[in-house]
Amino acid sequence: MRIELEKRPQASVLYAVLSPFIALVLTVIAGGIMFWLLGKDPVSALYSFFVEPLLDVWSLHEIAIKAAPLILIGVGLSICYRSNNWNIGAEGQFIMGAIAGSIVPVVFHEWHSPLVLPLMLIFGMVGGALYAAIPAFLKANLNTNEILSSLMLVYVAQFFLDWIVRGPWRSPEGYNFPVTRNFTPEAILPEILDSGRTNLGFVFAIVAALLIWFMMRYTLKGFEITVLGQSERAGRFAGFSSRRMIWFSMLLSGALAGLAGISEVSGNINKLQPIISPGYGFTAIIVAFLGRLNPLGIIAAGLFLALTYVGGEAVQLTLTVSDKVTRVFQGLLLFFVLSCDTLILYKIRLVFPGRTAAVGQGAVQGAVQGGAE
Amino acid sequence: MGIIEAILLTVVTAATPLVLAAIGELVTERAGVLNLGVEGMMIMGAVLAFAATQATGSPYVGILAGIGGGALFSLLFGFLTLTLVANQVATGLALTILGLGISGQIGEAYVGMSGTKLPPIAIPGLSEIPYLGPLLFKQDLIFYISIALVIGVNWFLFRSRAGLKIRAIGDNHASAHALGIGVIRTRYLAVLFGGACAGLAGAQLSLVYTPQWVENMSAGRGWIALALVVFASWRPWRVLAGGYLFGAVSISQLHAQALGLGIPSQFLSALPYIATVVVLVLISHNRRMTLINTPASLGKPFVPDR
Repeated sequence: MRIELEKRPQASVLYAVLSPFIALVLTVIAGGIMFWLLGKDPVSALYSFFVEPLLDVWSLHEIAIKAAPLILIGVGLSICYRSNNWNIGAEGQFIMGAIAGSIVPVVFHEWHSPLVLPLMLIFGMVGGALYAAIPAFLKANLNTNEILSSLMLVYVAQFFLDWIVRGPWRSPEGYNFPVTRNFTPEAILPEILDSGRTNLGFVFAIVAALLIWFMMRYTLKGFEITVLGQSERAGRFAGFSSRRMIWFSMLLSGALAGLAGISEVSGNINKLQPIISPGYGFTAIIVAFLGRLNPLGIIAAGLFLALTYVGGEAVQLTLTVSDKVTRVFQGLLLFFVLSCDTLILYKIRLVFPGRTAAVGQGAVQGAVQGGAE
Repeated sequence: MGIIEAILLTVVTAATPLVLAAIGELVTERAGVLNLGVEGMMIMGAVLAFAATQATGSPYVGILAGIGGGALFSLLFGFLTLTLVANQVATGLALTILGLGISGQIGEAYVGMSGTKLPPIAIPGLSEIPYLGPLLFKQDLIFYISIALVIGVNWFLFRSRAGLKIRAIGDNHASAHALGIGVIRTRYLAVLFGGACAGLAGAQLSLVYTPQWVENMSAGRGWIALALVVFASWRPWRVLAGGYLFGAVSISQLHAQALGLGIPSQFLSALPYIATVVVLVLISHNRRMTLINTPASLGKPFVPDR
């Protein structure tokens, strides 16, 4: 048996909509097999992974809290990936944004003012953008591969965070734990609903996604991103600069990752500690692709991947499987998303060696007959 | 054994996994396929090698398991990017994310267990040479394989017919296809080779470098190996040189920490990653040279027309 691809005359709209859902179904099936291999009842495991978190107000809030950074980072990355700039260091930009945003509440902790929070958010965005400016500069001016440079900087950021919370910023009241002092109330993102912990970060995520959706759909900038991503040459003829696009997309995604970082620290953790992210920057890559690089799709995808985090925690408690299942799920999901996307541009045909010969003969006969007529 | 020898010995141990993973990726990229999943294949090799060694008691079975695991895992990448022409960058990332997840899941049972170290094999006569002997001829099997692979790949790519075909495919897959070379089939083999090498590199980590299982123990080495291929401008001998250079950087960083120079340990730990970026910049800032060296079809999808 062989698999052959046949290019469709134009991209299939049907599969463009369907492919993420096919991928979801395949992931759930594969996940069921995985639970079965781990010796758990697949149906009840999948139920407590994917359904139970949706039935409880507390866990719905947890999903919103975890979806916020995923959506913020994911929409930023979608701009990068659409314009062919492979920023995979969002995790580092998230961390640097969190650190820069924490300058105000940690260093100037005695300053009380309603300006604290806005300043933190701005610092967070600037911090993330500046950190993304490194791979952007290296790519635009020194021709350095941004995939590798942005990823290497993630490790550097993690070590930097580790140093700063154990060294200069360690809280004097923290009983020698590697944490900064707790943020004062005016440095904490307010909660938006009475029923639970969801904070303003979720609103930022939705607003950012809508703004980027508007930009992609109705502005020249959006068109520029699409053109440069599909063909740099065509973009040049239209007067678009791919070098400026490197800067634009990297700074934008860095700023959004930085905003996600400071929102997470301010709204959810309330201090800095050695680890502030369960891999949001990497999971957001999956979110971007599952959302088909479309900001509205990314909102849905972000919520779904947040569910895998919460579901993973749930099965960890109820079924005593490790939290690693979440990462397996996320990896599987990206695989299935990428393979299902093939359906949009290609028809997939299974070719069986025995039958190909027959088909080939038929075609030849047809051609001969056609010629004879 | 003097202190210098001891340090050089650790450099060799640190360099071997980088050389192995990079030499595999070099062949893959020479065939025009960019597999960013080296980190994922490496960590799968590491966990499977450790698990197989625990199960059988023989680290040599572990080596085979590592190679097989890396190769099988790379097949997944091959199927997506070669058969289904999925985006190579994204698929490579998926491979890494999945590999880190699955290895963590498999490795759960082995956390904290002490492993079996791969024994060194002394080559009679040669290992008696002062200084060089213990360094180069009293090593474990994986080290010898890494050196043999560099020599072999260099010969294969530049002196054999099959190697010429691989380079032709990497530089222009459409022309190679027109000449009747099986582009997809050859690329599958190149991807498999890359996976096997990454798996072996992983096996080295869990059987030689630190004979135990630690989650995420590859710690970005797969990514450094990818940078190494760029650094080596796709030439096997330079992979060897670059691998040892990076090995030396990461070891000197450890020794500097032990000396306690007053520099925070985190800054020293970050050094290999910063060095990678610096080296990448130095090697690729010349646009023309980069263009000449890079396989022209690298990362581009290919669908054979029929």
